[in-house]
Amino acid sequence: MKKGDSAKILKSCDVVAEHSYHLPPLGHMAMEVRTAHAEISSDGGVFITSSSQSPYSIRKQISEAFLIPSGQIEVFVPFVGGAFGGKAPVMLEILAFLASRSVGGKPVRLTISREQDIATPPCHIGLEADIKIGATKDGKIQAAELIYRVDCGAYTDIAPYMAKAVATDCTGPYHIENLTCDVVCVYTNHTYATSFRSFAHDSYTFCIERTLDMLSEKCEIDQLEFRLRNIIRHGSQTPSRVAYTKSGMGDLSKCLNSVKSLSGWCGLNPTNIKKDTVRAKGVACIWKTENPPTDAISGALITFNPDGSLNLHTGVVEIGSNGATMLAQMLAEKLKIDADQVHIVSEVNTRTAPEHWKTVASLSEYMAGHAVMRAADDIVNQLRNIGAMALNRPNDEIEISHGRVFSNKNPERFITLKDLAQGYKSLSGESIGEPVLGRGGFMLKGLCLLNPETGEGKTGPQWTLGAQVVEVEADLKTLTYRIINASTVIDVGNAINPESIRAQIAGGMAMGISLSSREGFFYNENGVLSHPNFRSYKVMHIGQEPNYKVAFAETPDCTSPYGVRSFSEHGVIGMPAALGNALSLAFGKQLDTLPLTPENIWRTPTEDF
Amino acid sequence: MTQYDGKVVISLNVNGEVFEVAVRPADILLDVLREQLGLTAAKPGCLNGDCGACTIVVDGLPAKSCLMLAVEAEGHAIETVEGLGGVAAAQRAFVDGNAFQCGYCTSGFLMVCHSLKAQYPTVPEEYIIEEWLQSNICRCTSYNEIRKAVYMMYE
Repeated sequence: MKKGDSAKILKSCDVVAEHSYHLPPLGHMAMEVRTAHAEISSDGGVFITSSSQSPYSIRKQISEAFLIPSGQIEVFVPFVGGAFGGKAPVMLEILAFLASRSVGGKPVRLTISREQDIATPPCHIGLEADIKIGATKDGKIQAAELIYRVDCGAYTDIAPYMAKAVATDCTGPYHIENLTCDVVCVYTNHTYATSFRSFAHDSYTFCIERTLDMLSEKCEIDQLEFRLRNIIRHGSQTPSRVAYTKSGMGDLSKCLNSVKSLSGWCGLNPTNIKKDTVRAKGVACIWKTENPPTDAISGALITFNPDGSLNLHTGVVEIGSNGATMLAQMLAEKLKIDADQVHIVSEVNTRTAPEHWKTVASLSEYMAGHAVMRAADDIVNQLRNIGAMALNRPNDEIEISHGRVFSNKNPERFITLKDLAQGYKSLSGESIGEPVLGRGGFMLKGLCLLNPETGEGKTGPQWTLGAQVVEVEADLKTLTYRIINASTVIDVGNAINPESIRAQIAGGMAMGISLSSREGFFYNENGVLSHPNFRSYKVMHIGQEPNYKVAFAETPDCTSPYGVRSFSEHGVIGMPAALGNALSLAFGKQLDTLPLTPENIWRTPTEDF
Repeated sequence: MTQYDGKVVISLNVNGEVFEVAVRPADILLDVLREQLGLTAAKPGCLNGDCGACTIVVDGLPAKSCLMLAVEAEGHAIETVEGLGGVAAAQRAFVDGNAFQCGYCTSGFLMVCHSLKAQYPTVPEEYIIEEWLQSNICRCTSYNEIRKAVYMMYE
């Protein structure tokens, strides 16, 4: 990424903060371990069952690798027990297929142990970063020079795409005119890396937001106020030179002001509670755009049951993010019926469900949402046509609402959906119309690859922005701490299912706190992962969690169905940064590594930076 | 102590029904429930007693079915989520409290909560709830929802 002249401007800045960061790789730790089942029929048909976020990628990879026509491959995905990006890569499916092929196509199930599930399949990236940001004395950021080195592990899965995603959003949601950013993907002898909830945004955000706290300290400006002065706004561009628009990105100042009151933000300094115990808050801003292929597709099929209820088929895998429910809500809203009249086909079969690129990047509501909207339009048109014939009224008078089809000139005379949806039979026995089948396809538009010289280009359909605060109570003697409150305000567009969105965001926050306070992959002198099980790799348990507060700003995205924005990953993004900022303030150290254990805090020198 | 040798037939009392199953002495109860009786609510998460996804209730108290041999379960009353029938207070509270996302850990948490309610007919103190639920891990929710569901279970 290159914009302006960062080297020259940095020299003339009143204040410059420069720091290096080191973040270890992590495990997804979904409660269900990865598993795949393969069998090959005597006529060469391949049948795969998998706990996967990407059934269509499995079909594609097996087709391409083994030269089998994709139509001969059927991939089935039942409910998936948590994924978080870790079930997007294709791995066990290929091994199960090979194993089945070697025994004449007999069914083979490959389920790995928890220990293998942690150590072997791809994990969260590690990251090393050198960050340098300069500002004027009154706290206006002028320039940044950023180097990120992504720990790709021993093989390439999609770490290079994550490097691209880091570059696209490398500064965080701020107005920075002079920027140089290099992101390098580095092979290491670690477990290989793949997508993890937020697609590397949690990692670079830690580095940026820690450095911004150093800058605000040098400028002697309240950390939250410092951010407010620098957030992306009208007239700003993202690192990849996409101009800010309110619809495209949302309203970050609203989020920051809202999180200020939600968290009881009190500024600059820690508060003494008692001897050797302080309370401190840390703030971080987040943003994320997506990095799908520029031609990613989705689709929806809708059929009717004789009772007038509908079946909604999409390729979206239900991994716990409630995407399918939101799609059902959109369909119900569009047809003006109750959501319980929409039956979701929750299990995905690549032979029957229209292809949906992958259930990743929090894009289900956007991509499959568009497809559902189109399928709903298709249904409405068909119902109108049949209704017009059955009621003998002009097509443009026909309306559909609450399970009834009627002319707006005479709503008293209606036909119920159930009598019309399978084709209509008049009182005299005449057949009118035909069964109604809805179809909607969607392909992303307007995206491009990044310019190799400048980094210019639009990689995803929308941004989601937000602000997060973590409050800790820290024991200055033992370097231990309790996380008391965690607050998040995200501009989610229209919150079409507030409780579900709140729970997703809170779940993301919990994951962010868990991974930044206690998780990490560490290897012994033989290069062996030292704690590959839940007993030694401790994730957060109940009783250790803070109180979570979530609120929304709601700036609709005018390009998305019902104005929704992505939200499923975003809770995680700023938690490590906000926790790091709170603890740095509390202990008077510039914390620059994760996890933020008492031991790592103890190892960090207390010194001026 | 009974000695079992080779494959043996034992009877298991699960959800009030008695089943005869042929097991090896080394078979864990979790596998027998899932693979022989088709009761798949209890889930394997770690097979090490760390995650609680396989939690069932044995004689009224939560137990990890990955740490229990099937032969050890003979003569005890076993309950799984299938026995709750979708109508237990814990199940209703988890739905109303939005206390699950992917659902994989849910069966285990439900059995802990169901047993908690049986042992403590009125709401116990918070630290007791935490002690009971710390045997289980959820990676999706924030735990605030599960905590809330425990209180809703008592409403």
